[in-house]
Amino acid sequence: MGNHLLLIEDLFLEREGRLILRGVNLAVEEGEIHAILGANGTGKSTLAYAIMGLSGYKPNKGRVFFSGKDITEKSVTERAKLGITLAWQQPASFEGLTIREYLEISQRAGRGCFRIEECLSLVGLPPKNYLDRTLNDRLSGGERKRVELAAVLAMAPRLAILDEPDSGIDVLSLDDIMEVIRRMNRGGTTVLLITHREEFARAAHRASHLCGGRILKTGECEEVVRFYKNFCKECTHINEPELEKTLEKE
Amino acid sequence: MKGSVERDYSREFAALAEALGRAGGNPAALRSPRIASLVVHENRILGLNAIPGIKMDVEPLPDGIKAFVYVEPGVVIAEPVHLCFGVLPKEGVQRILSTFKIGAEAHVRFLAHCSFPNAEKVQHLMEAEIEVGEGATMEYNETHYHGPFGGTEVLPKARIKVAEGGRYITEFKLIQGRVGVLSLDYEVHLGEKAIAELVSKVYGKGKDQVRLREALYLEGAYARGLVKSRIVLQDQAEAEFTGEAVGIGPYSRGHLDCTEILRGSEAKASAVPKLIVVDERAKLTHEAAIGSIDRKELETLMARGLSEEEAVETVVRGLLR
Repeated sequence: MGNHLLLIEDLFLEREGRLILRGVNLAVEEGEIHAILGANGTGKSTLAYAIMGLSGYKPNKGRVFFSGKDITEKSVTERAKLGITLAWQQPASFEGLTIREYLEISQRAGRGCFRIEECLSLVGLPPKNYLDRTLNDRLSGGERKRVELAAVLAMAPRLAILDEPDSGIDVLSLDDIMEVIRRMNRGGTTVLLITHREEFARAAHRASHLCGGRILKTGECEEVVRFYKNFCKECTHINEPELEKTLEKE
Repeated sequence: MKGSVERDYSREFAALAEALGRAGGNPAALRSPRIASLVVHENRILGLNAIPGIKMDVEPLPDGIKAFVYVEPGVVIAEPVHLCFGVLPKEGVQRILSTFKIGAEAHVRFLAHCSFPNAEKVQHLMEAEIEVGEGATMEYNETHYHGPFGGTEVLPKARIKVAEGGRYITEFKLIQGRVGVLSLDYEVHLGEKAIAELVSKVYGKGKDQVRLREALYLEGAYARGLVKSRIVLQDQAEAEFTGEAVGIGPYSRGHLDCTEILRGSEAKASAVPKLIVVDERAKLTHEAAIGSIDRKELETLMARGLSEEEAVETVVRGLLR
């Protein structure tokens, strides 16, 4: 299995009678930022949830390996304890739980390289204004996303799955968010960066293009982005892919 | 100041003070001369301290006490007034009949602690008439501490009138131990530009029966009210929440917000919102959620290393905080 931190083999996943993942094969190397690039509805979030082991996202077929161990049957908690975490595209709200408490929970679970105040500052939220605020729906979507990123920083996991960390964030802040991700990565976290934005994917070390529930291409970011632009930007086969034709075009 | 303070019940006093501490209160406040306080065990007045600006007349009844609390107009009581009630034996009755009059522009906060650590067959009956004067603010936080037996019948009933520009903010919290039966009935009548917030947080366990009725009568123009209820039920506990809002005054606003969480398949919950708009310019809204804890909330915490049980406890603790 080489240096792969995460290895996914022939993963199929069906939800509500629809096949969403159709034989995903993916290898993420330890220490890299690996972008999963794909249009909306191609199965990116489903793949993220399957790697995290969320309920309702148990694969019908295929295996997930982490650091050489088969984790396909492991629970969310067990995966987190191994060093995997997920930042949701639309994070949950918690009535009565403060941001401080949330970050402390995250910090206890991992290697905790950063102080929680530092984590908030890095994502652009002044600690004195935010630490004692409640993690409820009074936070804007953008603020909540930043807190989620801060929580991942606080945890310093071995593998962070970031599901569209750029969505709901103003365009001017995208560079800052990417810098946070790089910082996380320099701290020893391998990042699986899920996005539909080419410029975000370009900032990764490597990328894979997901379309119609399958990885069509993995390689250097530019190469994958070019493939995405040429064949999938005006995607006519979302959710009903004619994958072979697409591959033939390549 | 009326009422006889009995000095030979130090053990009961100490036990109530200890229970207050366990419920999150500050026992030292009951002995501080700077802090107004009242301590009652069954029908015995164990401690009574009034301070300038607040008058407290208390007299015993055969099965409880009758209290009249008056805050002078314009007075700001800096430290919360501590009210400590309880029944320490396994059996007993405590009836608290109270009248609160808060003078115009006064500002006062009450911290009430009710302790029944050994109750197997105890009745705790509270009937309160409350008047909050023009521009005055009254906060009333009531926290209950119960033992594990579920042998208490808690029946609090309050009728509150808030005059023009006044504010009445209350929180009722019963989350420690098992109650048995709780039947709360609060009704607030709000004058022009008056504000009320009624918050209740209850954790029902075993075979607890919880009934909450909280009603807002928005009588004055621009009156505003919020009823917020958070109930968690486990085992065979049952709860029924009835929220009422009546928009009588023009431009009055009322909102009912109820969340009931069920842990396990045997607990039962219901929520009944009742909104009546009398003046077409009034606006009333409600939201209610009943069910198990949101899976996404749990899995978010589990993705940070908590077990499912720890995640449930974290969510419940936040909800009832």
